[in-house]
Amino acid sequence: MSMLNFERKYRIRGGTLVGGDLFDFWVGPFYVGFFGVTTAFFSLLGTALIIYGAALGPTWNIWQINIAPPDLSYGLGLAPLKEGGLWQVITICAIGAFVSWALREVEISRKLGIGLHVPFAFSVAIFAYVTLVVIRPVLLGAWGHGFPYGIFSHLDWVSNVGYQYLHFHYNPAHMIAITFFFTTTLALSLHGGLVLSALNPQKGETVRTAEHEDTFFRDSVGYSIGTLGIHRLGLFLALSAGFWSAVCIVISGPFWTGGWPEWWNWWLNLPIWE
Amino acid sequence: MRIGFLLVVVLGVVAVAAGTLGTLLSEWDAPPLEATQTGFRGLAMEQVSNPRTDAKMDALNQAPEPIYELEGDDDTKAWQVYENVPVLGHISQEAFDRLMAAITEWVAPEEEGCLYCHNEENLASDEVYTKGVARRMLQMTWHINRNWDNHVGATGVTCYTCHRGEPVPSEVWHENPGPPQARGMAASRAGQNLGSASVGVTSLPYDPFSSMLAGDAEIRVIPETALPVSIEIGTKQTEVTYGLMMHFSTALGVNCTTCHNSRSFFAWDQSPPQRTTAWHGIRMVREVNNRYIEPLHTVFPPERLGPLGDTLKTNCATCHHGQPKPLGGAPMVADYPSLRGPAQDPEMQPEEEPEAQ
Repeated sequence: MSMLNFERKYRIRGGTLVGGDLFDFWVGPFYVGFFGVTTAFFSLLGTALIIYGAALGPTWNIWQINIAPPDLSYGLGLAPLKEGGLWQVITICAIGAFVSWALREVEISRKLGIGLHVPFAFSVAIFAYVTLVVIRPVLLGAWGHGFPYGIFSHLDWVSNVGYQYLHFHYNPAHMIAITFFFTTTLALSLHGGLVLSALNPQKGETVRTAEHEDTFFRDSVGYSIGTLGIHRLGLFLALSAGFWSAVCIVISGPFWTGGWPEWWNWWLNLPIWE
Repeated sequence: MRIGFLLVVVLGVVAVAAGTLGTLLSEWDAPPLEATQTGFRGLAMEQVSNPRTDAKMDALNQAPEPIYELEGDDDTKAWQVYENVPVLGHISQEAFDRLMAAITEWVAPEEEGCLYCHNEENLASDEVYTKGVARRMLQMTWHINRNWDNHVGATGVTCYTCHRGEPVPSEVWHENPGPPQARGMAASRAGQNLGSASVGVTSLPYDPFSSMLAGDAEIRVIPETALPVSIEIGTKQTEVTYGLMMHFSTALGVNCTTCHNSRSFFAWDQSPPQRTTAWHGIRMVREVNNRYIEPLHTVFPPERLGPLGDTLKTNCATCHHGQPKPLGGAPMVADYPSLRGPAQDPEMQPEEEPEAQ
């Protein structure tokens, strides 16, 4: 298969974590590697099991297909396939596929001689998922606390878990996570708007440079973080959003069984105004 | 830029300090915990609870043992022995004596004993107002035990269910004028943002009781049309309903999924049976407040009334005290059959039969 003219310089041998040279090759434009193989294995098996689970269920309506975790009564044991066991195997496949993909990213980063920012960032997303389906269920003592795999059903789960703690917006870590999510999108929109403006000048004018970009924000908000800094900030904001999401759900239940509003009693009871 | 930077740093430090303070001051739970599932697997209709906290709650909410067992061999009725016993005259003298002793223990302040309701010179006299109140409360207890079994079940209620050894039950409410309030443009607080315990220390309007547990305001706020076209159903109305629901949750120590599948709060066919019990409970509390308690406002001295002159009324916490079943579900009334009321009592029919939903 032909290569794009710049691709050759990215196709460097070595840098693998596992398997040495055995899987160190490309299929078409795609690097394979040991973790490419495991990614393919887990994702194909997991997808096939999801389709099997859907076939067992009452509907093929894409919105309503639901592959649910076991009843709480199974605790941390294995459940029969049709009573949540499928969910357990699919969860293993999902974690296997996600972690394989992250490690494949590590191998590619090593080949390119760049930092591990990309696999690190993806690891935070994996961490949030693992928190939902492994860490929190283990802390609570049953796989049944994981969320079901289905478009509507997982939303019902989110809603009911929120109402288990009466009002989830009072969860302090949820507040922090939401704030980071919103700040991420704000920063991205400011940055994207700035770049698009600089790169799309009026007819007859020239493309603006970073100096103009800095000046725009120095004029409007008194400070510019700079062309490199905005990407560091973006990474920090986005990863913080994912990290605090994981925190906000893992404390709900394992470390706080009441309603979240009453967590704020410490605030209401401060001696200043009590 | 320097000032902005400084501001960001200061705000950051304050936020981190507040977060740390909150984390340190809060009483967190920790595994191992218990969980009960009420819905289909994966639907997250469940209650996670801390067994250590539950054990403390159980210890605080123990039903007292019967003060002594009745021998039951003497058929002398109370009216044959005592004067002026219009309400309890039909029960045996033995049961009457024990009930009086029990009420003294359950309700009267320790230092006053029988004299809390009775004139020392003449026990038959009605001159102490608490005696009249006690009679009405006995009729209320009968009424609840006979006609509200769809809420109280066979467990029933006794004086102790609410009173817990206090002359005034600790969990009551009255019309609340609220804290001092600014006028003019700042006057539109609508009862919000007070962190009131009545609504589970949320920002919701602090008084859902007068309209919904004394009045019969509509609690359901989900419109039946695709768009909310009714002016009776709006954000304000919804917040009062949510405030009432916060009260239910904190009063019973349960979460919203005990009675609702949150994907459709209004749909009865998706709700657990507990919601039906609660539905009857709401009607029961309204009737208790309006038929038995509020009419006594002329009898009570001012110190037994709220600041606006109404009586101290009941809500869910009055009996439940933070538990799903009051006193852990102890069937106390079984030990005091006289609190189930006489076999025939025309006054004890409910004013309106609650409709099944």
